[in-house]
Amino acid sequence: MTLTEKILARASGKTHVRPGDNVWVNVDVLMTHDVCGPGTIGVFKREFGANAKIWDRKKVVIIPDHYIFTADAMSNRNVDILRDFANEQQIEYFYDVIDDPKGHWRFDAAKGNGQRQFGNRYSGVCHSSLAQKGHNRPGEILFGTDSHTCQSGAFNQFATGIGNTDAGFILGTGKLLIKVPETMRFLFEGALPKGVMGKDVILHLIGEIGFDGATYRAMQFEGPGVASLSMDDRMSITNMAIEAGGKNGIFPCDRKTLDYVNARTAANGTKSTFEPAEIDADQSFVYDKTFDLSALEPTVACHPDPGVRKLAKELGHIALDRAYIGSCTGGKTSDFLAFAEIVRGKTVKIDTFGVPSTTEVMDELKATKWDGQSVWNILASAGVRLTENPGCAACLGGPVDTFGRMNAPLKCISATNRNFPGRMGHKESQVFLASPYTVAASALTGKITDPREFIG
Amino acid sequence: MAKTITSKVFVVRDNIDTDQIIPAQYLALVPTIAEEYEKLGSYALIGLPDDQYPVKFVPEGTIKTPYQIVIAGRNFGCGSSREHAPIALGAAGVEAIVAESFARIFFRNCVATGELYPFDSGLRLCDIVKTGDEATLDFDNDTLTVNGQTYVLKPLGDVRPVIDAGGLFNYARQSGMIAAAE
Repeated sequence: MTLTEKILARASGKTHVRPGDNVWVNVDVLMTHDVCGPGTIGVFKREFGANAKIWDRKKVVIIPDHYIFTADAMSNRNVDILRDFANEQQIEYFYDVIDDPKGHWRFDAAKGNGQRQFGNRYSGVCHSSLAQKGHNRPGEILFGTDSHTCQSGAFNQFATGIGNTDAGFILGTGKLLIKVPETMRFLFEGALPKGVMGKDVILHLIGEIGFDGATYRAMQFEGPGVASLSMDDRMSITNMAIEAGGKNGIFPCDRKTLDYVNARTAANGTKSTFEPAEIDADQSFVYDKTFDLSALEPTVACHPDPGVRKLAKELGHIALDRAYIGSCTGGKTSDFLAFAEIVRGKTVKIDTFGVPSTTEVMDELKATKWDGQSVWNILASAGVRLTENPGCAACLGGPVDTFGRMNAPLKCISATNRNFPGRMGHKESQVFLASPYTVAASALTGKITDPREFIG
Repeated sequence: MAKTITSKVFVVRDNIDTDQIIPAQYLALVPTIAEEYEKLGSYALIGLPDDQYPVKFVPEGTIKTPYQIVIAGRNFGCGSSREHAPIALGAAGVEAIVAESFARIFFRNCVATGELYPFDSGLRLCDIVKTGDEATLDFDNDTLTVNGQTYVLKPLGDVRPVIDAGGLFNYARQSGMIAAAE
């Protein structure tokens, strides 16, 4: 069996499953956020009753992250709906925006996004937070009400996005009926060359198989090249499995996985026992192809979908209005460090916005010093507009006052994950997806630029 | 009971993602709150680029669409897992989508909510049919008849009784899989 089949077989109490089988799986973690949580809670109450109890208060993780730092009253209300439910159900892992469990969240527009407006428990983007707070464990099953839930597959977890109705069903029962997907294998050899990141790998692969090339399928990444990839690179890769239509993306578990997971579960006191899924000798795939990581180059997905693949070096004619770094895909500490490496000591030529994925990322950028100066200040000195309020921000547009949102038909190069029309705001705006290195180099020149020109 | 729908169709092309079906700025609306459900319907497909889609899906000043059937190309509903997407279409009055192919989460959300019948047709009708053409969708024979031509669709199969029942929960109760609500 493939990694996905092994995990689904175990979670459904079977010795063997095949693609196409429909199985009831026991859920290890259900994650929801402020955009889909209120509707999920609504479904749960409507279907199981106003006084119903969730199946397991330690297995539900609620992470407000989408529409937090906005004066939109309904968005603020939605965070309050999450808080009421977390209190009522005594949910153990609720990363609230404010500290007062009886309080109401109201964004202070006068203070704006320049100043921190969150309490001690707030974390930021849900997928990054799941990893940092020790909710990703090898061999387990994680569902989330967000399509980029597939990111957690970097940790050898079966993880996929679902809607409110399915999530409401899980809240009441702890189970879900799912179809076992066919698996596509992407076998990696070699190591990434300088200036090329995990983001380039997944943009290359989506271009290879097309925007729907993995629809209803699992994407399994393995081979000798995996060992050289950092956990952050692996997260960038699995994060975007959905952009090829994939049900999930998954890596094997190795030393790097274990080190990360053990450190994070210990730090946050989350469950620390798990059983990784190992690679079987006997696996069958619907697609099986080898990729030499050392041959990859900085890659861009052009407007209007993630499958329009080009090399950065071919796109020098495209003038840009804006650059953006942030999100689950491109807002990690390593992403900002790569960005800072390029812009350090220089000045960006176009409006450039930076949104750390989580509060931990922001703290690390402030604490990391290069020649006595924090990376945070290096970025600010280069002209990057940074927010002190981590979250999803303009990756998905959001309410009109969202930090970095495109409220005009601009062209933006972005370290985020999706570029269908209107994704980052204005429906005639255009988004070009690229690695943080490429976004940084392009911010300096005002046109799409191969970052290797700036790397010594 | 025999079931057919006759309606004008609205035609869209490939890769209509969830941001075009219901743009992110409207996601603060909670689908399980009745008046917010209606509002979601009024914004259905408002994210389509105006130059490619000059005809409004929901006419200005109204909250319902005159098109009960949507014809689409490849990968309809790709992008986000937001259930607001099938719900917005259902709340606007859409009964069925006949697409060349669907994105996985959207298809599943159609079934789980019982809002829409997603016909995964494999047929590229978006090149043949135009917005405003009148079509008849026959659920029992799995056919779509439009402009004097009858197209045979792949049967809905196992998902039809779930949508007929009104979604996953109703179906699960009817079939005894879960107990009734309190």
